[in-house]
Amino acid sequence: MTRDDGKTAVRASARRDWEEKVLAPALKDRPERDVAFTTVSDLPIERIYTPEDLAGRDPSREIGLPGEPPYTRGIHPSMYRGRVWTMRQFAGFGSARDTNERFRYLLDHGQTGLSTAFDLPTLMGRDSDDPLADGEVGREGVAIDTLEDMETLFAGIPLGRVSTSMTINAPAVVFLAMYLAVAEKQGVPFEALEGTIQNDILKEYIAQKEWIYPPVPSMRIITDMIDFCTARVPKWNTISISGYHIREAGSTAVQELAFTLADGLAYVQAGIERGLAVDAFAPRLSFFFNSHIDFFEEIAKLRAARRMWCRFMQDRFGARNPRSWTLRTHVQTAGCSLTAQQPYNNVVRVTVQALAAALGGTQSLHTNSLDETLALPSEESVRIALRTQQIVAEESGVTNTIDPLGGSYFVESLTDRMEEAAHQYIRAIDAMGGMVTAIEQGYPQKEIADAAFRYQRQLDTGEKTLVGVNKYTEGNGPPPPLLRISDEVERDQRDRLQAVRRRRDAGRHRRALHDLVAAARSRDNIVPPVLEAVRAYASVQEICDALRPVFGSYREGKVPL
Amino acid sequence: MTPAGKVRLLVGKVGLDGHDRGAKIIARALRDAGFEIIYTGLHQTPEVVVATALQEDVDGIGLSILSGAHMTLFPKLLGLLKEKGSSDIVVFGGGIIPDEDSHKLKDAGVRAIFTPGTTTQEVVDWVRQNVVPRRR
Repeated sequence: MTRDDGKTAVRASARRDWEEKVLAPALKDRPERDVAFTTVSDLPIERIYTPEDLAGRDPSREIGLPGEPPYTRGIHPSMYRGRVWTMRQFAGFGSARDTNERFRYLLDHGQTGLSTAFDLPTLMGRDSDDPLADGEVGREGVAIDTLEDMETLFAGIPLGRVSTSMTINAPAVVFLAMYLAVAEKQGVPFEALEGTIQNDILKEYIAQKEWIYPPVPSMRIITDMIDFCTARVPKWNTISISGYHIREAGSTAVQELAFTLADGLAYVQAGIERGLAVDAFAPRLSFFFNSHIDFFEEIAKLRAARRMWCRFMQDRFGARNPRSWTLRTHVQTAGCSLTAQQPYNNVVRVTVQALAAALGGTQSLHTNSLDETLALPSEESVRIALRTQQIVAEESGVTNTIDPLGGSYFVESLTDRMEEAAHQYIRAIDAMGGMVTAIEQGYPQKEIADAAFRYQRQLDTGEKTLVGVNKYTEGNGPPPPLLRISDEVERDQRDRLQAVRRRRDAGRHRRALHDLVAAARSRDNIVPPVLEAVRAYASVQEICDALRPVFGSYREGKVPL
Repeated sequence: MTPAGKVRLLVGKVGLDGHDRGAKIIARALRDAGFEIIYTGLHQTPEVVVATALQEDVDGIGLSILSGAHMTLFPKLLGLLKEKGSSDIVVFGGGIIPDEDSHKLKDAGVRAIFTPGTTTQEVVDWVRQNVVPRRR
């Protein structure tokens, strides 16, 4: 027996003594509440955590210090004492002009980065005048059809001085190209551009379901983008590997952790198979997690994610550059945790979730607005959401010290357990041959659907509480004032698109699309011809459709219920 | 007399939004409650939903819409059913649909709108009471 084991044995016996002599008589007097002590994801939680829960773990190896592998305590040595997280509210609705106004409003109110929400037709690579776009134009985000709309979206915003996040996936290559083209017009060199394009197609098949092409050609496009940006747009984050939507689709926290990292492993593998050096592109992969309502589970998830990614990068891919090892992440509070009933309660939920994101060590944060389960957020509710994170950052004191929960018996042991459970999933996915195959077999989709169904049942039976929905329902009043998108947005957008089509240089447009298809058929990188096509004012759908004969169209297989 | 038989329901996702969490939960709960369920999968047009509904000879259609396009897509579906002389198919739906719109849709012929927070049992009970096998 080593000395350490001896100590642990002493502690374990102290705990047994306490259980027998102190706890047991107390429980006779006052038994524990008759509820399941589980996280929102159904992980059972113990009554108390003590040093023996961490027995056999080496704290210097597993926990370490911030800015050092395995980054459990944070990726920067100074964390929020150096600079607090970037407050990045996702915004977009109506026309490019409407959203440009919201962007300027947010920048004027202290926001430090932009984040663009596109409408559904745009996310699916459809123009505003496509029949499938009926009723959807500008509703859930901004409608962008051609470079002209993108020029309007960023009018008066110097791209060399803001960092911009664009939440777009299936047609992401078109939007990267449009952003580059706007930069060219503003005279900003590509090297100066900072931002992120979500570009995470794997989670689309798993959760968000906005796809165009099948997985294999989609991975080729993404690899082309990584290749191009590594050489030409070095400060651009080429993929934001996203657990957010996986969680919103109803996964557990462990599934979110596991599937997100498994997606990340697939992208790294694809880059390596392209012949890129891992340390050339891995530093530009970033992550995007959900912050749900179960406070400690979320904190543990973020801490486990950093540790796991660091070790995958070191052990599986042999990365040598510390910047390849660090998992940088954006966090958004959980839209699916908010309720339409008593919507002002959502401010409180968002506060808890924002605190968890901060204590989990996020690099940037979007806090949801109280009215998001009812409609797009109003300006008033967006302001409250931004103020919520400003209060967390500047009043609550949680930014005074780094990783305040590090060393907590509970948080460390929960971090360990989530890591182990996530590894089990990743081993299963590896055994299938990786995430692309797992998706083709419907594996993550089925796991998530089962978890979502289980949670709904728990709400229905009252096993889990949702305040205002299945408990404390008195006081459900009328909804707050909602933002409404007028039908004119759709008509005006279609008019603008048709005007661009009439005005543009038809010859240049035709040649650009022709060259693009030729590049797609060859093994050439398609980013340069897409860039030329957007410069020629080809629309999003014209570009995406031109590639369909080469890449095919994705159809979801039989959906397991 | 309505012949006794299993109620057949089509659960559909119209429009471009990919939020199928609710539709799949409802489809599964209805199936578990003993209804025959046809689930369309994502990104369907009202035309395809109606064609499938007629081909499968369903008694009710439940549409899930979380994209904000409900005021376009429900009326379109109702119009198509009317054109085909199949307005006796019960149409209900769910999603993020403000009360004001919900009232308008009910006036237009959508029999029920379920919003977030509804239990699966409430939907099952409602379907039991309101959807019966059609005269065939």
